[in-house]
Amino acid sequence: MPFSAQPPAGGERCALSASLDNARHLSSLLRAVHFQDHATCLATASGLRVTVEDAKCIQANAFIQAEIFQEFSVQEESVMFRISLSVLLDCLTIFGTSSLPGTSTALRMCYRGYGYPLMLFLEEGGVVTVCKINTQEPDELLDFDFCSTKVVNKIILQSEGLREAFAELDMTSEVLQITMSPDKPYFRLSTFGNAGSAHLDYPRDSDLMEAFHCNQTQTNRYKVSLLKPSTKALALSCKVSIRTDAQGFLSLQYMIRNEDGQICFVEYYCCPDENITEAELIMKDPKRGGGGDEEKHLKLHFYEMLC
Amino acid sequence: MRFRAKIVDLACLNHFSRIINTIAKLAKTCILRLTVCKLYFILSDKVANGGASMWCELSQPSLSSSSRIVTHDIPVGVIPRRMWNDFREPSVPDFDVSIYLPVLKTMKSVVERMKNLSNFIVIEANLSGEMNLKIETDLVSVTTHFKDLGNPPWASEDGCQSSAQGRDLESMAEARIDIKKLQQLLAGQQVNPTKALCNIVHKRIVHFILLHEEVSLQYFIPAIA
Repeated sequence: MPFSAQPPAGGERCALSASLDNARHLSSLLRAVHFQDHATCLATASGLRVTVEDAKCIQANAFIQAEIFQEFSVQEESVMFRISLSVLLDCLTIFGTSSLPGTSTALRMCYRGYGYPLMLFLEEGGVVTVCKINTQEPDELLDFDFCSTKVVNKIILQSEGLREAFAELDMTSEVLQITMSPDKPYFRLSTFGNAGSAHLDYPRDSDLMEAFHCNQTQTNRYKVSLLKPSTKALALSCKVSIRTDAQGFLSLQYMIRNEDGQICFVEYYCCPDENITEAELIMKDPKRGGGGDEEKHLKLHFYEMLC
Repeated sequence: MRFRAKIVDLACLNHFSRIINTIAKLAKTCILRLTVCKLYFILSDKVANGGASMWCELSQPSLSSSSRIVTHDIPVGVIPRRMWNDFREPSVPDFDVSIYLPVLKTMKSVVERMKNLSNFIVIEANLSGEMNLKIETDLVSVTTHFKDLGNPPWASEDGCQSSAQGRDLESMAEARIDIKKLQQLLAGQQVNPTKALCNIVHKRIVHFILLHEEVSLQYFIPAIA
């Protein structure tokens, strides 16, 4: 149902202005990256990217491309702000999270620019809610510098194969160890908990394996507590790509189909655990990023997911 | 033995359980008043201390007729007759605006979300059937607008004017209340009431009346400065 309420009157132009017939297309993706209270939003002509980070070791990005919205316009090259993701989610789901068939919340978003709050206009069944959420200076974001040329190992799995494994991850284990190899065991997930160690192997010819490109045997460990939130993204997704680079940095990219069958992406990047005993692993400091390459950065991600 | 009753019919028993469940969400203990034809559940916290008060009435035909026997002995404190005046049915306050509540399911969702954002909520309404629920903090402000709710017609006793008469239809009466109390009241409504309305005394108190077939529930939430 088209949303008829108007954005701020008086001819002020919004740096970011968007409308969405079904707010769930946005809220469900944001929930998949909601493991910290604050998020940094970046809007460009390509769409919206919402980034959440923790401990300078993990970064999650939710991408909602412009085509998902009924209207999406960004006045400047890019617009960026920090916002409370918890508050944003409470506002987007103000009419509840359970959906009656045929009903949805219509959304209109408006951000006038630096220093202004984010305005949300939500409507369902003739009831209108207006939200004004304060924004802050955007944080400097980590740049994991993950591009296709630096990838050492890559597999694409159907998500249903991983869901149970992640949901039942042994939380008494400090680390999740991931082994990727052109030889056996091909792809192995291991934990080392109070009850002992557990290994889960996925053979390269498994039905769940959509693509297998492993060039080198790598074993890396990641803190379970940091990776656990990615379970939410996994639950929503139909496919996941798992990639590592020479330094053992992990990229998890989730392909998510929304209620209308449109495709969106969520990705998680994670540093390998520093307390590793394996000698080969050299810890690399993630570069600082967030400059003028944002537009290119955003487009690149969409392209990579299609390979 | 001063009082004995038996509920037998399963539907009546379920009905009674639902009522008790609703009240249990609002109060840990309450006063039970028994008369020949009605049952009353009363809670009166000291309104001066910001406490809410409640008055719930059941008429007797809703409890009648038998099947399983389960006996619970529940300790009671009998209230001496001389204190009965403290527990009279509350009179309807001289309100500024009376308005029907929106669909409770929607109101419940909105209030639950707002509860995550703020401790207090402002309810405002006018005689044109409009009601707004508002929260405002340093971080965020949220306003939900309900329209076309309708205002109940109140027959004035002995023909005298209440504050509501002659009032500008667009002008809002408001009260800022503890959001938790409102959320508790709404959470307890498992079945849609036949009639649900509230009376607002500007900046003083909000009086909710929820009517089901055999039960009426009144809930008073005082305004906070």
